[in-house]
Amino acid sequence: MVSGARLEVRGVSHAFALEKRALPVLQDIDFVAQPGEFVALLGPSGCGKSTLLRLVAGLEAPSEGRLLVDGAPVTGTDPSRTIMFQDPTLFPWRTVRGNAQLGPEARGTLAADAPRIEQALSLVGLASFAEAFPHQLSGGMAQRAALARALVNQPRLLMLDEPLGKLDSLTRLAMQRELAALWERERFTALLVTHDVEEAVLLADRVLVLSDRPARICADIRVDRPRPRRRDDAGLVALREEILALLGLAEAA
Amino acid sequence: MAAPPLSHPSIPAPGGRSPWSFRMSGQSLAGAAPLGDAPSRFRLFPRRLGAARRFVAPVVLVLLWQLAAQAGLVSTRLLASPAAIATAAWQLIASGELAYHLAVSLRRVAIGLAIALGFAVPLGLLAGLSRLGEDLVDATLQMLRALPFLALVPLLILWLGIGEATKIALVALGAAFPIYLTLFGGIRGVDPKLLEAGRVFGLSRAGLIRHIVLPGALPQALVGLRYALGTAWLSLVVGEQINATAGIGYLVMDAREFLRTDIILVGLLVYALLGLGADQLVRFIEKAALAWRPSVLGER
Repeated sequence: MVSGARLEVRGVSHAFALEKRALPVLQDIDFVAQPGEFVALLGPSGCGKSTLLRLVAGLEAPSEGRLLVDGAPVTGTDPSRTIMFQDPTLFPWRTVRGNAQLGPEARGTLAADAPRIEQALSLVGLASFAEAFPHQLSGGMAQRAALARALVNQPRLLMLDEPLGKLDSLTRLAMQRELAALWERERFTALLVTHDVEEAVLLADRVLVLSDRPARICADIRVDRPRPRRRDDAGLVALREEILALLGLAEAA
Repeated sequence: MAAPPLSHPSIPAPGGRSPWSFRMSGQSLAGAAPLGDAPSRFRLFPRRLGAARRFVAPVVLVLLWQLAAQAGLVSTRLLASPAAIATAAWQLIASGELAYHLAVSLRRVAIGLAIALGFAVPLGLLAGLSRLGEDLVDATLQMLRALPFLALVPLLILWLGIGEATKIALVALGAAFPIYLTLFGGIRGVDPKLLEAGRVFGLSRAGLIRHIVLPGALPQALVGLRYALGTAWLSLVVGEQINATAGIGYLVMDAREFLRTDIILVGLLVYALLGLGADQLVRFIEKAALAWRPSVLGER
């Protein structure tokens, strides 16, 4: 089994160049995710949560600050740090299996990884759809395929960029449970971007609440509830209220 | 003409009992049956004919044309009758003349298209895959494209003479631009999110090109190929009017000298069939190469 990576985000600020003006999106983000920890980044939409994931993934370099994975600075993308995007972003010309084997193919380890590919496909319940093309899948199935494609690479740090954001509510509930079970078994470090408070407290060990743009961490909340968790757990419900209050969305009593 | 199918309601069924009699006794409300499906409704062209129904109008037109020619309503000097055209076609086929000229024309298109692909694909890749390449190649090609390539004929004749080279060059010129443009556009149109996903999973630059950029650009590039084939035929028609001594165009020009409208029409028919065949060929390639596309899967 592969253990989770330790992620250090040290004083990271980032700005986009927008028509020659700098638009700050992240401001002095500083936190550490311990190996195997499930951290949720929660904040209003458009606050820069996804940008933070892109920096950690190595798709972009931060304007300021340092990102360290197991002590080594992030200099580019690496299959051990995998993102699951909000859109499945499957390759439409590849079958579900073809999509899943992209990482091993890129590394030239296709033969060695073949059993893992089949394993990942059955883990997400798509073994019988291995030969289907993405356009033949439903939204939930496409996200499962994207999850399988990420898992094949045995990520030590899995970034989830609102992966369930576009799913219907029933599929969403089912996939939240599956994600929780998956994480408990594999124990990778997980970084979940979401704007769903319930989802954050249900899945994460820790919820980092981000402010509006430019995003700062305005609260670091530990979710100390036993797993498997129930949605109606009194502790979670209380936490949810607390976080909503932080976001200025408390339900008036 | 084929006889109408037996189920046609106007023909009594064997045994003297017509399909009408069933309805009389069994149905209380005649108007209850949906009009479109009612078997009792008189049909000029029964549904059974299916796809063949589409050919009714052209066949009738050809028949009228033949009748008009026979009745002397149309001068056969200006427009040969369908029967004369068929005869001419048969003679050209039997003598091997058509095959010979067809081979010459096909050779011009094949060589011209190969040259077009040989230039347009590398240039399209160069311009599509690198900004430097785009700056070097694209502006020049866009300027050249603005020139109607058929207007280059006088210059081509001066450069290459009036032999095969000019005809082939014209085909190559006509076919190159659609291939270049669609390949370039297809490459630039690849979803950046897919490229990012590819990077996350560890694809190198070469891997990104091979696994994402090229398959992503293929649908558009094939549309370009289809378009290029169309322009290639067009260029061929123009090119073959320049002092040709063989080819379908020569056949047509030669027939004009002798007022053989039947042979001219055979030539036009061959051009049309060639264009149709080329289109089918690319469709076939598309179907094989783009099996993953929902639209292609939906076709039959």
